[in-house]
Amino acid sequence: MKAMNKTYLIFRHEFVNTVKRTGFIIMTLVVPLVALLGIGIYHTVSGISKPVAEAEKVGYVDKAGGFDQFTSQGKITLVLFNNPDDANQALVRKEIKEYFVIPPDYISSGVVSRYTMQKELYPPPAVMNAINTFLLKNLLAGEVPAATAARIEAPLNLVTVTLTASGEVAPEQGGFGSFVFPGIFSLLLVLAIIFSSTYLLQGLGEEKENRLIEILLSSVSTGQLLTGKVLGIGTAGLVQVVVWVGSAPLLLNLASSSIGGFLSTVQLPAGFLILAIIYFILGYLLFAVISASIGAVSSSSREGQQLITIFTLPAVSPLWFISLLMMFPNNPVWIGLTIFPLTAPVAVMIRLGVTDVPAWQLAASIATLVVSIIAVLMITVRVFRIYLLMYGKRPGLGKVLVMAFKG
Amino acid sequence: MIDRPVTGQGNKALLEISGITKSFDHTRVVDNISFDIRPGEIFGLIGPNGAGKTTTIRMVMDIIKPDTGQVKVLGEILSEATKDNIGYLPEERGLYKKLTVMQSLLYIASLKGVEEGRARQRAGELLEHVGMAAHRNKKVEELSRGMSQLIQFLTTIIHEPRLMIMDEPFANLDPVNTELLKEMLFELRGQGRSVILSTHRMNEVEELCDRIFMINKGRGVLYGELKEIKSRYRRNSVFLDYQGELGELKGVATRREQPGAAELILEDGTTPGQILEQLVRRGVTINRYEVSTPPLHDIFLQVVGESHE
Repeated sequence: MKAMNKTYLIFRHEFVNTVKRTGFIIMTLVVPLVALLGIGIYHTVSGISKPVAEAEKVGYVDKAGGFDQFTSQGKITLVLFNNPDDANQALVRKEIKEYFVIPPDYISSGVVSRYTMQKELYPPPAVMNAINTFLLKNLLAGEVPAATAARIEAPLNLVTVTLTASGEVAPEQGGFGSFVFPGIFSLLLVLAIIFSSTYLLQGLGEEKENRLIEILLSSVSTGQLLTGKVLGIGTAGLVQVVVWVGSAPLLLNLASSSIGGFLSTVQLPAGFLILAIIYFILGYLLFAVISASIGAVSSSSREGQQLITIFTLPAVSPLWFISLLMMFPNNPVWIGLTIFPLTAPVAVMIRLGVTDVPAWQLAASIATLVVSIIAVLMITVRVFRIYLLMYGKRPGLGKVLVMAFKG
Repeated sequence: MIDRPVTGQGNKALLEISGITKSFDHTRVVDNISFDIRPGEIFGLIGPNGAGKTTTIRMVMDIIKPDTGQVKVLGEILSEATKDNIGYLPEERGLYKKLTVMQSLLYIASLKGVEEGRARQRAGELLEHVGMAAHRNKKVEELSRGMSQLIQFLTTIIHEPRLMIMDEPFANLDPVNTELLKEMLFELRGQGRSVILSTHRMNEVEELCDRIFMINKGRGVLYGELKEIKSRYRRNSVFLDYQGELGELKGVATRREQPGAAELILEDGTTPGQILEQLVRRGVTINRYEVSTPPLHDIFLQVVGESHE
């Protein structure tokens, strides 16, 4: 029986051994768990700050006169007292939670004094809101029609419509909603790049340190070894991302009571998913071949980890300027980051969520990525054997390039 | 039996190395080296540290490419397919620590093109042969150094290669396992397989090798049958165990004597036969009379010394 393809054998070995690593299993589980924890904290915090869980009674003393309608504000009931002393006693007896006094000169001063036994930095929004509406409605009662009063209460309900260049309503309406998925994708890409390059470097470092690399290279070609490794570890990384993305529906379900409504407004830009997959694969491949070349030239896996940081930092850098991007999405700097291969994958994903990226920029960035991957791969294959065997000696960049062209 | 015998290859060279040269940073590490390996021999590749042995081996293994010259395995230029016919035991040993003994053997065998069922059967037989069948499911990191070295030796022969290259195979082994390995090497040779043994231990070379190639400063300095080389380098002296009086002997320059034994160093032009004749004439009882051949160790030092001059 014919033996299995050697590239596939290396692929299978690398995949199985990466997936079985404790670090890999922990990372795969940790991301959904952290998200779960985040949702838990969100729920707890919003539960604590939830202003009024049960019906509350708030007392008031009206010295200005005329504030006697609209005493029921949602779950808060306003109870009139004749004087501050009565209100105070009711507060002591815990019949009311707090009270406020509308002074005789309220119309001219606007001052209202509030008395409470709670220590607080800031009045609870629900109470503030209830008092505000109560005062407003009483002030306007009889002066304007009820509908006008309601409008004065909430004068602005802003709806923004994004138009295309020809003045038609654009299919994607942007906003925070459409930013969420590109944001998540770029984060996942960054995580996948960092973990995969770490695994690749650790693996190569181990094989270099214990000389297994010599046995491997005496059995398979450099091309087979590199392809098998890059694809094997890459597939493991993809499995990780699939687990993360796959756990999303469950997490969203849990989160639906709080943020689910917001997520339902999400509209993905047309073709986003296709571009996301293209950039995900190209981005991973670029960093995988860079990791392999660094693994080849560095003397230990530790040195390799330090060297690879020079390349992973640019990959992450678009995330640091995310707020700037939101404010100035069309600054020329972003065009540079879109086309520069190291920053392209993350920059493009973020930009897609915020603004339209012109087709020529996408084409240019995909082209530079592909060219860079091929160039780095060619250099790596040529210098790989030579430098893998030069244990303890790291060549300078110049020497690596000379070797690459000399062969 | 640890392997099936090789059939149908005649006496064609298993490995032909012709004029290979390799330079690193303008330094010639290997300089125009040629030798061949025949079926069914143990071949010693010897030389001092930094002589170019490992670089030569790496070129044979296709780990690095020679600048000039060529390497042919079974009459073919080295290629991915010919790699399956070679087994390699590097000097510094390494296996994946997290894999079990069985997984390690199967993985390397698969990379050498052995089908899984056959590899499993071979691995079982070999582990049984070296008495490690009980450790088949242990992780490599749980093994002692000597044990993991035995496993690595097995990875070198599991795919039944025709040519094996072993760099210091006996380092770290206890005497029992050393003997076991030597037996296995002889067995492999008996099946028509060949082994290149790279080592510093000259006593091992003398014990195991049929032919040798000695490399120094990247150049080949000795090549041929071990016996022939030893006789070429024999000193003009004889060892003698005797009873009686030696007295003055014509043609002997100096002598080292112990009671009942002597080493006689002969003058140029004197043959061991002429000395023996004198002794017989004097009626000396001779228990042993041996033309001395120097240990390989001495030849090694002499040749390295000469090429330093």
